[in-house]
Amino acid sequence: MVRKILHIDCNCFYASVEAQRHPELRDKPLAVCGSVEDRHGIVLTANYLAKPRGVKTGMAVWQAKQACPELVVLPPDMPEYIRFSKMAREIYEDYSDQIEPFGLDENWVDVTGSAGVRGDAMAIAQEIRERVRFELGITVSIGVANNKVTAKLGSDYRKPDAITRIERDNYKEIVYPLPVEDLLYVGPATRRKLHGMGIFTIGELAETPLDILTSRFGKIGRMLAIFAQGNDLSPVKHAGHQAVAKSIGNSATPPRDLVSEDDVWMMLLLLSESVAQRMREAGARCTMVELSVRSAKLETFTRQQKLKGPTCASLEIARAAFALFRKSYSWGVPVRSIGVRGAGLEPAGQPEQLSLFADDSRRGKWEQIDKTVDQLRARYGYASIRRAAMQADPLFGRINPKDDHIVHPVGFFCG
Amino acid sequence: MEKRSKRYVQVVVRFSEDGKLRPLVVELDDAHHYKIDKILDVRRAACQSVGGVGDRYTCLIRGQESYLWLEKGRWFVAKKEAGA
Repeated sequence: MVRKILHIDCNCFYASVEAQRHPELRDKPLAVCGSVEDRHGIVLTANYLAKPRGVKTGMAVWQAKQACPELVVLPPDMPEYIRFSKMAREIYEDYSDQIEPFGLDENWVDVTGSAGVRGDAMAIAQEIRERVRFELGITVSIGVANNKVTAKLGSDYRKPDAITRIERDNYKEIVYPLPVEDLLYVGPATRRKLHGMGIFTIGELAETPLDILTSRFGKIGRMLAIFAQGNDLSPVKHAGHQAVAKSIGNSATPPRDLVSEDDVWMMLLLLSESVAQRMREAGARCTMVELSVRSAKLETFTRQQKLKGPTCASLEIARAAFALFRKSYSWGVPVRSIGVRGAGLEPAGQPEQLSLFADDSRRGKWEQIDKTVDQLRARYGYASIRRAAMQADPLFGRINPKDDHIVHPVGFFCG
Repeated sequence: MEKRSKRYVQVVVRFSEDGKLRPLVVELDDAHHYKIDKILDVRRAACQSVGGVGDRYTCLIRGQESYLWLEKGRWFVAKKEAGA
């Protein structure tokens, strides 16, 4: 059976939400930007009045203002964007239980089953577009196709506030002339390689013999061919589907560079707390700790260490990460950003191999303390209980690593 | 288009046994209390004129239809600005 898949993209999502609630800004170039003071001063989203003026996502705020001096800059309000994302999803839920988010602002919805009941896929797309506009006051662009990859091409094809159907009858006409980097998973590196082979459009990629692609790209070559030909078979996941995490990590660029081991220890504690808490929420323990460090010269390295036993205690994770740091960083330059990751996850309930000599009883106690801290924070807020070490620098004390960065990027294939 | 502003208002609400809420009186200020005679419609909607998204109650007040919005636990109206 031919599937009917929609890809729904909320146009300039953050900027659109801001324009909705600030009607006085609707006719002005607008950008939602990270805070300059906390050194996240880049453009997160720009609206359709700012984009033609040269304001691009990822640009530093000062560059954006140079390109467009009358640009209105607003700080992000993640809880509000998450509220809108949920409300949009509630609309999609009226049409399918197969809804797969791709970030906060994009979703695939498989309407194969409901197409007979609620009109064809185009009619459903039309209805969703109108409802989102009426109920949320923002616009979406929708791609309608028989697979996820082509549907995404469709939602990118015309925007904002548009619907594009791409199926067998018009596939070559619409998709073949598109530049190859429009295809999902063709990033700058793959694009360079493809250009080097003389492949510039999706059509050229689709017509390239498979053995040439696999000899150049390996397994990915086959995937690229399937994507370019519009033959992707991956299903749209069911609502509530939780991909099983292979690792849980968190990293941050603190408000100032880290210049001493005390600074690093403080950041590692902070990050480990959030990583450990997310592990406890997922009912998992890690058997390996991974540390990633980026210096002020933007050199990056990663080190990992196996633990004596599985844990979700924040102090134990922080200590392992700190030991790795001391072993591997020579302090030529300050540290710009740092990350902690727990890998080799095991379900928390699993029987555990106890060590003959190590002090396992203390680990249980630390986990108990962490759980108590979780409960206190759930009831009284993140700042209600903190490690005294965090008070050494008020700049650091303000960071809430768990909730400040809620959007965890998800790969197309994971889970 | 006439100019409007977002005005958060005090509302008297009745909760039924099964948890449904119904706004009864809109209290703009001490002197202006408006009894809601009937709720004609409730739906989620974006307020185009002054911004905001929430549950929109279409209320019948003294024979006139007007919108009352519930957004994130607060009630607001899109009030016509004086002189407009």
